Amino acid sequence: MHDVTLCLNGDVHRIRVEARRTLLDAIREDCGATGTHAGCEHGVCGACTVLLDGEPVRSCLMFAVQADGRELRTVEGLAKDGVLHKLQQSFIDHHALQCGYCTPGFLMLAAGLIEADPDLSDAALIDGLSANLCRCTGYANIVAAVRAVLGRAPS
Amino acid sequence: MTGFPDTRVLGRDVPRKEDPALIRGRGRFVDDIHLPGMLHAAFVRSPHAHAAITAIDTAAARAMPGVRAVFTLKDLAPHLTDTRLVVAMPSPAYRLELHRPVLAHSEVVHVGEAVAMVVADDPYRAEDAAAAVDVQYDPLPAIADCVAALRPGAPTAHAGAASNLVAEMVVEYGAVEAAFAGAALRIQKRLLVHRGGSHSMECRGLVAVPDPIEDRLTVWNSTQMPHACKRMLCDLLDLRETQVRVVTPDVGGGFGPKLVIYPEEVAVPLAARLCNRPVKWIEDRREHFVSTTQERDQAWDVELATDADGRILGVRGVLVHDHGAWTARGLNVPQGAVAAMPLAYLVPAFRMTIKVAATNKVPVTPIRGAGQPQGVFAMERLLDEAAAALGLTRDEIRRRNLVPAERMPYATPMRTRGGIAVTLDSGDYPLCQRMALDAADWTGFPARRGGGGAVRRGIGLSNYVECTGRGPFEHVSVRVEPSGRIVVATGAAAMGQSTATMLAQVVAEQLGADLGRVDVVTGDTAAAPIGLGGSNSRQAVLAGSSAHAAAVRVKAKVLEVAGELLEVSAQDLEIVDGMVRVLGVPGGGVSLGEVARAAAGQAGFVLPGTSGPALAASEEVVIDAMTYANGSCVAEVEVDTGTGAVRVVHLVFAHDCGRALHPRIVEGQLMGGIAHGIGNALYEFMAFDENAQPLTTTLAEYLLVTATEMPKVTILHHESPTPLNPLGIKGVGEAGVIPIGAAIASAVEDALRDYGVRIDRLPLSPVDVLALLDQSTVLPST
Repeated sequence: MHDVTLCLNGDVHRIRVEARRTLLDAIREDCGATGTHAGCEHGVCGACTVLLDGEPVRSCLMFAVQADGRELRTVEGLAKDGVLHKLQQSFIDHHALQCGYCTPGFLMLAAGLIEADPDLSDAALIDGLSANLCRCTGYANIVAAVRAVLGRAPS
Repeated sequence: MTGFPDTRVLGRDVPRKEDPALIRGRGRFVDDIHLPGMLHAAFVRSPHAHAAITAIDTAAARAMPGVRAVFTLKDLAPHLTDTRLVVAMPSPAYRLELHRPVLAHSEVVHVGEAVAMVVADDPYRAEDAAAAVDVQYDPLPAIADCVAALRPGAPTAHAGAASNLVAEMVVEYGAVEAAFAGAALRIQKRLLVHRGGSHSMECRGLVAVPDPIEDRLTVWNSTQMPHACKRMLCDLLDLRETQVRVVTPDVGGGFGPKLVIYPEEVAVPLAARLCNRPVKWIEDRREHFVSTTQERDQAWDVELATDADGRILGVRGVLVHDHGAWTARGLNVPQGAVAAMPLAYLVPAFRMTIKVAATNKVPVTPIRGAGQPQGVFAMERLLDEAAAALGLTRDEIRRRNLVPAERMPYATPMRTRGGIAVTLDSGDYPLCQRMALDAADWTGFPARRGGGGAVRRGIGLSNYVECTGRGPFEHVSVRVEPSGRIVVATGAAAMGQSTATMLAQVVAEQLGADLGRVDVVTGDTAAAPIGLGGSNSRQAVLAGSSAHAAAVRVKAKVLEVAGELLEVSAQDLEIVDGMVRVLGVPGGGVSLGEVARAAAGQAGFVLPGTSGPALAASEEVVIDAMTYANGSCVAEVEVDTGTGAVRVVHLVFAHDCGRALHPRIVEGQLMGGIAHGIGNALYEFMAFDENAQPLTTTLAEYLLVTATEMPKVTILHHESPTPLNPLGIKGVGEAGVIPIGAAIASAVEDALRDYGVRIDRLPLSPVDVLALLDQSTVLPST
């Protein structure tokens, strides 16, 4: 067993885990933040995307021990003082979620993309968003929601 | 869109009730449920497509740390009234009874079939122990292909079966032989559609919670059919109805397969009772690939007869349908496929023989579209071929055959699987086709086609008519509580289609138009005594109709009681937000909560009004006839003849689902279906080898459409309110997927017309396209 410190949305969680425990399971089960979801557990669908030191990562493909001492952000950390993050509001405004299962992963992916490059081109944005899978929306409204946050007019 | 006249919330893009929790990561999906003392189940699954089980040794697994129990069917059988899941919908056509066992015990018939269940303290240990269960198999010949399965001498999918013919049916009307004998043109085609999965982003899963104090069982289940699950648990575990509650938490997508009752949904609740602890099981994606039902493997040998003007005289043929290894639902997929085939057109004579074949693959049950995409593909492929043979354009041959608006309602000679007459209730099919053609600039396409070269551009067209709103009913109750809140409870089950928003809209329209005041309970057997759940694009139609009827009754009661309280005639009152007030007079009045308190009564005092206590009504509006939605799709594609890649450039989707309760949600449903259709046409291929071993068991091998594959999509609406329900609505949850494959096939064939290529199968991978080009004997002009 390993002692691991996860800094999740600004809160410090000291947990004890097996070496094989995925970061996803540690976030959900040991830290109790169930907003991050398991979609495939083989690193393709992106439902489990979180920000690790600001970078979008698949939390199903990392072990919790690899995140020891590092900064993690999940969907629960997006809203501040009860006010939705602009991406969250834009997803609602553009009907960019239906069942909502992939939504936290898409929000964190998009947050990572636009924080890394606020001037992201449309092509780079769509390419970036193609990292994650959604079965409900057909993606158009997700792309539109993120474009709106980037200040782009509807296409 | 014309929408609803004079409504406050119906037909408007109100904020979804589902969003505030989901957007914050505060949804409650089944895997988010964590209970003290909860154990975790893992299943031992067959690695063989077909084998006899000669021994199961669980001793090593039982001895592992953290393992609480290991169950085989032998262990479960004493606690079950039946060791099989008898779920087949009725039909006289069955030749084989294929009721699957709760766990396989003597024979496995597909890779992924559950053989044993481990229950342990955490899921890691459960999976460790599952790997340690030693199952001895004696492999048997397997059959992977449904056409081969019906050949004489083929291995049988089940060792004891005389053949693989699960069922044979004929759907027939009119003078078919005469139609073909006198036809100016006969087109014959063999068409293949391959299988895929639903791949909701949330896999299946459940948490079963025993209550030893009251001897009850609560099951949180990611299902489309909570009431059917409860029925099955009561029957198989021999429990009274008062002992079992099945609840759907937030469901992360359904798309069909979650309407099936699976072995895990019986085994896990039974394990919870036997261990006397909550037990959770969450399917992983690899399990989803080998145990969650799939669809669309079909082989069509079909013939079309037309007169010299291209008017359809008859359709006939044989459909071989891959049923998979068990009857997990019924014969509804091939029935739906054949029923969808002629619906958009005037087809005077029709005979399709359906042969349902057992194979050693995952059972087949409806996935978004439920056979209809295949039926539409078959019809549209025949029409393109006929148009080419007659020198007609593809739009013209359709125009000559579409059911015209003036024939509505059009009574077809067909009947549904339940024996109900198929009557196209409303719609203007030629208009939808024209809308799609105009928006796609169909007539301007020759200028966009360009010359030769490596990348060829083509355009294609397809029409569909979809049966929606399968009855007979859905339960909805509406109650105004003394707090002033409006509680709506239903047997309908939400899986991401905005069911709570839809019902809140329908009810709020009658009761003050404040959606924030409405609490909707879906998918909970404790809140609704009966229910049929989510399938067949039915919930807005059936639950929406019941909600409307119940809300209208509650409104009358509110006004009557309020009238008495205010000493005003009920006709002079209106409900606005939470207040009942004199028409057009803001301020004053009485709150909904006060009216509810008055109607709740006091012991020894006379109730207000004349219609009894409480502001409540429940309804199960019965609608047997299905309402038929329709649409037309135009696809424009580019085909790279060097790489075989197909890129969809533009899709136009002109459709009619009656009145749209929430236009933005309607478009969202359509876009999801369209993406699924593009996947079925170009990317999604559930591969099995000749021994029925699955070859695509990750999302890296089985390709879902991503943001980069989505083309520009133009959606156009035409509204023909159906007379079959009070809101004039038709289902829309599956429509998007239905015509896409047919339209893309038509477009690819058009793009490759210089090569003389015929598109007779879906999906079309780059390798498939290159193979077609290689086989082409036509030298293209360059």
